[in-house]
Amino acid sequence: MSILVDNNTRVVVQGITGREGSFHARQCLEYSTKVVAGVTPGKGGTTHDGVPVYDTVHEAAREQGATASLIFVPPPFAADAILEAADAGIPLVVCITEGIPTFDMIRVMVSLRDSKSRLIGPNCPGIISPEQCKIGIMPGRIHRRGTVGVISRSGTLTYEAVDQLSRLGIGQSTCVGIGGDPIIGTTFVELLELFQRDPETRAIVLIGEIGGTAEEEAAACIREHVTKPVVGFVAGRTAPPGRRMGHAGAIIAGGKGTAAEKIAALRQVGIHVVESPAEIGSTMESLLRNLKPET
Amino acid sequence: MNIHEYQAKNILRKFGVKVPRGRITESALEAYEAAKEFKGPVVVKAQIHAGGRGKAGGIKVARTPEEAEVAARELIGKRLVTHQTGPDGREVKRVLVEEGLHIQKEYYLGLVIDRARQAPVFMASTEGGVEIEKVAAERPQAILREPVNPMVGFQPFQARKLAFGLQLPKASAGKAVQFMVGLYQAFTANDASLAEINPFVLTQEGELYALDAKMVFDDNALYRHEDLRELRDLAEEDPLEVKASSFGLNYIKLDGNVGCMVNGAGLAMATMDIIQLAGGRPANFLDVGGGASADQVKNAFEILLLDSCVRAVLINIFGGILRCDVLAQGVVEAARSVHVKVPVVVRLEGTNVEEGQRILRESGLNFTVASSMKEAADRVVALAQGTGYSSGPERPRG
Repeated sequence: MSILVDNNTRVVVQGITGREGSFHARQCLEYSTKVVAGVTPGKGGTTHDGVPVYDTVHEAAREQGATASLIFVPPPFAADAILEAADAGIPLVVCITEGIPTFDMIRVMVSLRDSKSRLIGPNCPGIISPEQCKIGIMPGRIHRRGTVGVISRSGTLTYEAVDQLSRLGIGQSTCVGIGGDPIIGTTFVELLELFQRDPETRAIVLIGEIGGTAEEEAAACIREHVTKPVVGFVAGRTAPPGRRMGHAGAIIAGGKGTAAEKIAALRQVGIHVVESPAEIGSTMESLLRNLKPET
Repeated sequence: MNIHEYQAKNILRKFGVKVPRGRITESALEAYEAAKEFKGPVVVKAQIHAGGRGKAGGIKVARTPEEAEVAARELIGKRLVTHQTGPDGREVKRVLVEEGLHIQKEYYLGLVIDRARQAPVFMASTEGGVEIEKVAAERPQAILREPVNPMVGFQPFQARKLAFGLQLPKASAGKAVQFMVGLYQAFTANDASLAEINPFVLTQEGELYALDAKMVFDDNALYRHEDLRELRDLAEEDPLEVKASSFGLNYIKLDGNVGCMVNGAGLAMATMDIIQLAGGRPANFLDVGGGASADQVKNAFEILLLDSCVRAVLINIFGGILRCDVLAQGVVEAARSVHVKVPVVVRLEGTNVEEGQRILRESGLNFTVASSMKEAADRVVALAQGTGYSSGPERPRG
């Protein structure tokens, strides 16, 4: 088991003939992900790296039975690409694109409320269920299959955490980068609930950062619904207020969104928040050692 | 992107938001003439991108054109230090001369994006003219909030709820609706992430004005707002940050001495954090981008080394799909071409990591190769706290 994606997931890549889309579609294929179709308007009927290309997501879904979409469309057109995937009935839409205007995403999210599609991202590394399915830009080789769920607002910091886990022999059920923008599709809360229900997942790593209240909402959710142990880290303790730290969403504004507030909220509900990003793996290792063996 | 008060007021005026008559001036003489034109008392306001100007002496009342001239002379060219500028302050290049108003009461109006609701929220408070963060922390009930349905927009009834909630005079309610609806339109039409009127004032004549105005725009949407891009004032930004942004690098100057070069914003923040845990202080935030190309590494080196406070550099790159040997080659070439003189600690992760480390070690440059984040942080902090500069790769670590 895993959450959201597994070896039955059939992926359509929107923007497959672009530089990024082309490179990462190939990487996903090499990871044995079932990349069944690509979409580039105007290039329908061709193939790219052996993958059939369609003009519309509708065609790709109909012809190849795609169940997930991976989006590499440039920012001005990315909102449209997400809406097209949702309109085609794709259940899982993963948007990698960085730099989508906030108001575009606000409109997308209103529209998605009435659809069956779940959006991950934008401005995220994607989702991977190790040794089953990789839909994103993360390096597949650092992952190994196992029982720890990973959720993060970051990209490379997630790789760092996953790498620490894998080196200690701790595999992952599914790793999800939810994205660094102020408006994102799937939140910590929804993923925490999915991991709690997933029988394969025994523990969870949650990586937050400054800005917004996602970590506080996660803490409230964990108090009510999550019995599995959680290791947390919040990046940006040294970040100055009022400055956007790279990610559009990583900003301490109006005295809110500081790392200290988030760490306090997470600790209050019993999450093992590490001080140093170098201790994520080792802390999980000792937590797992104290867990009762699986029956 | 931030803009000046006078620029924000020019935008608001176009959307029917009432602002005092005013003129932007760059000299004392122009200020004199503006005051003469407005007949009566004026307010002379320093234009810098920072709050707290009033307390810092950046806003002066002048009863006569002569007083306006004196006030402008005092302000223009001065470095104004407010709680938001840092100790160096900002140089005042222009002053806004505005007609004086007979203020009866001050309020607060603000529009922001509520991330949890994924929609704009309109805020109003009777506690105008003070720091709204303080009000929010101490008496959150003093702030009225009206969430906006982004598909239908801010409605007149919502403006009325806020106007009556603020207990504005009934005769001014219609004007308040026009003002607030105009503010919302200015907010959405320009892809703003913040619009703040503090204070929003009621005059003795029953008129409503934006006495101050602050607007911040979504950087990601600037591509579709050519008019807004022209409002960027590079003099208000740190020169190194301006240079970095021209390379497409995310760089923020801080006050420590350990220069950081990292790929990815989250890892960059985490690297700053671990430097502090190791007892050092980061000199900057610098994200070279998830991909970390050789060109970007070179550009990043240039920016880092222009900061004279930097005593040692930590490069932390989680290469992901990139090959470490290619990255290492890029780092070596970049360090050679920009003549790096401070010690550099490099932590690379990715495929071919051993080959990458070998290239760094054999480069003859002053590199320390670390194999984990913690080791890298400990080493770079020791180097930064040492005597500072060294030239050979054999320099022992502290």
